[in-house]
Amino acid sequence: MSPSGAEVIRQIKQQVEEVDPAEVSEHQGNGVVLVDVREGEEWDRGHIPGAVHVPRGYLESRIDGAVPDRDARVILYCASGQRSALAAHTLKELLGFSDVASMTGGITLWKDRGYEVEVPKVLTPEQKERYGRHLLLPEIGTEGQARLLDAKVLLLGAGGLGAPTALYLAAAGVGTLGIVDDDEVDLSNLQRQVIHTTDRIGMPKVDSAEATIKALNPDVDVVKHPVRLDASNIMEIIDGYDVIVDGVDNFPTRYLLNDATVRLDIPVVSASILGFDGQLSVFKPHDGPCYRCLYPVPPPAELAPSCGANGVLGVLPGTMGLLQATEVVKLVTGIGEPLIGRLLLYEALGATFTELKVRRDPECPICSREPSEISDAEMGVFPDYEAFCAAAG
Amino acid sequence: MPLIKIPVVLRQSVGGEKEVRAEGGDVGTVLRALADRHPDLSSQLFGPDGSLNRYVNVYLNDEDVRVLDGLDTTVRESDVLNVLPAMAGGV
Repeated sequence: MSPSGAEVIRQIKQQVEEVDPAEVSEHQGNGVVLVDVREGEEWDRGHIPGAVHVPRGYLESRIDGAVPDRDARVILYCASGQRSALAAHTLKELLGFSDVASMTGGITLWKDRGYEVEVPKVLTPEQKERYGRHLLLPEIGTEGQARLLDAKVLLLGAGGLGAPTALYLAAAGVGTLGIVDDDEVDLSNLQRQVIHTTDRIGMPKVDSAEATIKALNPDVDVVKHPVRLDASNIMEIIDGYDVIVDGVDNFPTRYLLNDATVRLDIPVVSASILGFDGQLSVFKPHDGPCYRCLYPVPPPAELAPSCGANGVLGVLPGTMGLLQATEVVKLVTGIGEPLIGRLLLYEALGATFTELKVRRDPECPICSREPSEISDAEMGVFPDYEAFCAAAG
Repeated sequence: MPLIKIPVVLRQSVGGEKEVRAEGGDVGTVLRALADRHPDLSSQLFGPDGSLNRYVNVYLNDEDVRVLDGLDTTVRESDVLNVLPAMAGGV
């Protein structure tokens, strides 16, 4: 006679190591991977902080993304300790995990003992469908999507670089997109600035960008800054943003932005383009070099032509802008290795990428100082960058 | 001879080439040999005192020569030098 389901569970539980919630609480974060194997709705109602979510039904297909190391210490939990025991058995016997345990009593006992439970941001059914392809990625999942929805990203310019970046960040569900641009849509923009349209020529770019973003994803709150960024307004505009996307077309603003973001500790995803060439890097204050570490002084005017004067391949800002958007998503969700301390060069004609190291300059006039060492009186006070760069030219 | 990659803004000074080669056992010798062939390049790379202009970064393979031995950094036949001024284009 075949054994009953209850008997099979009993037998499997005997073969699996079980640990008490007290032990899990004690070892949390010490290299232990805690995996919640319950269904999505159960996870949404509350889970153990720091746990990763791999529903038991998807265990075999998703565990590699969540726990790549077969020798990692893995502790599974569910509601009561049964499903996690079965899942632990699968990981050990079928998938070759060497150090797996199941938490006794599940999250029910964990809660009874008074340990902390985190209730995640819950996505609406429409959001679950819209961001479904993100939710399938263990690296992003509901938690990463919630971070994107809570993120505030500022785009400097709704031009060549800003246009594709804004489109994809809006599609990805970045909750707040600020756009700084005082320009209007011009026919000559449309060769590359794909967020604008022919019937919007003459319209302020911030309004045109907002219309496209809202049509693409109504989840996104667009904050329009129809001004030119300068020393008098930069601190007020950029304060409160999580990440800034720099695609500005002049050196004075790039240096000004660098100094302000170092002071406010805001990471900048920076790109520049000319002709068939692009450059990309991430400047995360104090974690890596800043723009001044890479380029301490701007080049003279004859070595710093703009795209307006020299031309640019229309798809190039698309390529570079989407690399920027990718770095933004990585910074917001905390996944991957952002391009900090590295400069990526792209040469479209040869189809080559070159990566160069960028070191922090211990003598850097800006980022070698702690922001706290900069007095209130100094905050917001900048040298006259226009004159500085003109003098350099 | 080591390969030198020339950025867009300096290509006109070297006859439009993206990549050129020049003789030399260290970074300074290689770059000066190149500047001797293309005099326009000289003032763009070097200041009046012969040092590298601060707005030009030169990388030996993937490392900034300033964190190596500057213009005295040894260059091998198989090395690649990247000359890189800042770019600000974004429109």
